Amino acid sequence: MNKIIHTYQKYSFLFEELVKRDFKQKYKRSILGMGWSILSPLLTLLVMYMVFSNLFGGRMEHYVIYLFSGQLVLSYYKESTKNGMTSLLNNSKIFSKINVPKYMFLFSKNVSALVNFGLTLGVYFIFCIFDGIGFHPRQFMLVFPILCLLGLNIGVGLILSALFVFFRDIRYLYDVLLTLLTYVSAIFYTVDRFSPLGQRLFLLNPVYVYIKYFRCIMIDELIPSPEYHLLCIFYAGISLLIGGWIYKKYNHAFLYYL
Amino acid sequence: MSVIECDKVSIRYMTGDFKAIGLKEYIIRRLKGNYHVKEFWADKDISFKLEKGDMLGIIGSNGAGKSTLLKAVTGIMIPTSGSLKTKGHIAALLELASGFDGDMTVRENTYLRGALLGYTRQFLNEKYDEIISFAELEEFQDYEFKQLSSGMKSRLAFSIACLVNPDIIILDEVLSVGDGAFKKKSGDKMKQILDSGVTGLLVSHSISQVRDLCNKILWLDHGKQVAFTDDVEHYCDAYEEFLMTKKLPKSQADIDKLAQGWQKRQEEERRKKEEAKAKKS
Repeated sequence: MNKIIHTYQKYSFLFEELVKRDFKQKYKRSILGMGWSILSPLLTLLVMYMVFSNLFGGRMEHYVIYLFSGQLVLSYYKESTKNGMTSLLNNSKIFSKINVPKYMFLFSKNVSALVNFGLTLGVYFIFCIFDGIGFHPRQFMLVFPILCLLGLNIGVGLILSALFVFFRDIRYLYDVLLTLLTYVSAIFYTVDRFSPLGQRLFLLNPVYVYIKYFRCIMIDELIPSPEYHLLCIFYAGISLLIGGWIYKKYNHAFLYYL
Repeated sequence: MSVIECDKVSIRYMTGDFKAIGLKEYIIRRLKGNYHVKEFWADKDISFKLEKGDMLGIIGSNGAGKSTLLKAVTGIMIPTSGSLKTKGHIAALLELASGFDGDMTVRENTYLRGALLGYTRQFLNEKYDEIISFAELEEFQDYEFKQLSSGMKSRLAFSIACLVNPDIIILDEVLSVGDGAFKKKSGDKMKQILDSGVTGLLVSHSISQVRDLCNKILWLDHGKQVAFTDDVEHYCDAYEEFLMTKKLPKSQADIDKLAQGWQKRQEEERRKKEEAKAKKS
């Protein structure tokens, strides 16, 4: 624990400076800046609502929130991991000359995605109020899936950014994977029509697991079972472990691939 | 304990077809058995020891393993075998101007680079003005970095890395940047840092610079250690002669022969010059 605090103190300044740089790089050319980052998921939401509410929404209460929960979690996951993927290679000029902890580049990249997520989350709650979902202390439990999601995003980001150094075509393969992920995350449809086994298979998808947690709290007004919490932690933990292991193992070997 | 102890350090480098190939290509090559990775030893059994205040000049032609060795000392690479121990804060000046962000201002880049080098915010706040004035960039603080000339860029990088009083300083060809005036200034700064008891490693193709600054010499050739010695003048003579004849010395006698050859050559040149002068007058 002491070691962690010491490392944090040592690198907090570097972390801040990297975050500043990432924000400047990201928003320097857009007039809308951060506003766009909120607007774009909302526009997607609007289109999805117009298209799918006729198909699926008729039979369902709070369909907008159902859609928004999925869109919120999925777009955060997508943004975070896609930006994270290039974070290591883009800084190759730095880490091939200066001895810095390489995961810092990924961490700082994750901050801007997290900020966007936070802003969109605010809009999400406003939508909830308009849709007649009032405040309840239960909703504080959402901190749990959010933390797990952050863990998953960093873990997957670590794995992807390392892979991207080794294989440059991962970018395209991952785009395909993300499209598939969108379809199997039950963003706009419900899973009731699947057999019990089929519904269980959905739980293999960590993004769906976190989306379901949100819906459970906000729409069904229930706190998921303890086992479900364990599943959430499991996905975050396993991705962090694999990502951390790759970074540790290849810490000095990344140089060969530049 | 010495400040740097390098004991039989070997560094294996990997190269081959794997660079920038995609995953699909990788799998196909693996299946066909067409995937080749070449390994080579960038450094093999390098040993040296530096005490506080020593300045080591690392000499050798291109591909001798000099830069790789420096990277190992800074911790960017780790030795494949052998042990390398360092004591204290290291300031490394490797290919100075790279790694800056072109779209950020000089001020922002200074802070970012300082943070990367492990300084604290407080320290940078104190030293910022000093860094800028040493780099002679007072009027350019809010310019975007890409607007600077390459000389200015390396001046800034040099200033940030040097104004820290490091325990170990690592210089890779960096004294040979900037214009004449700054060259002198950075040289003076280097000497001042050296006099403060810092331990240094210098890679330079300018032998006169090595003679000037270093009290120890490590001669590398294709990753192998030819010599580690504190007899700077003698070995520099031998090295310069080696550059002319390309005959790698295998024993002490060879070194002496090379050094003598160089002395002779120098004398001849001097005589020729004098003759030319005499003819002119």
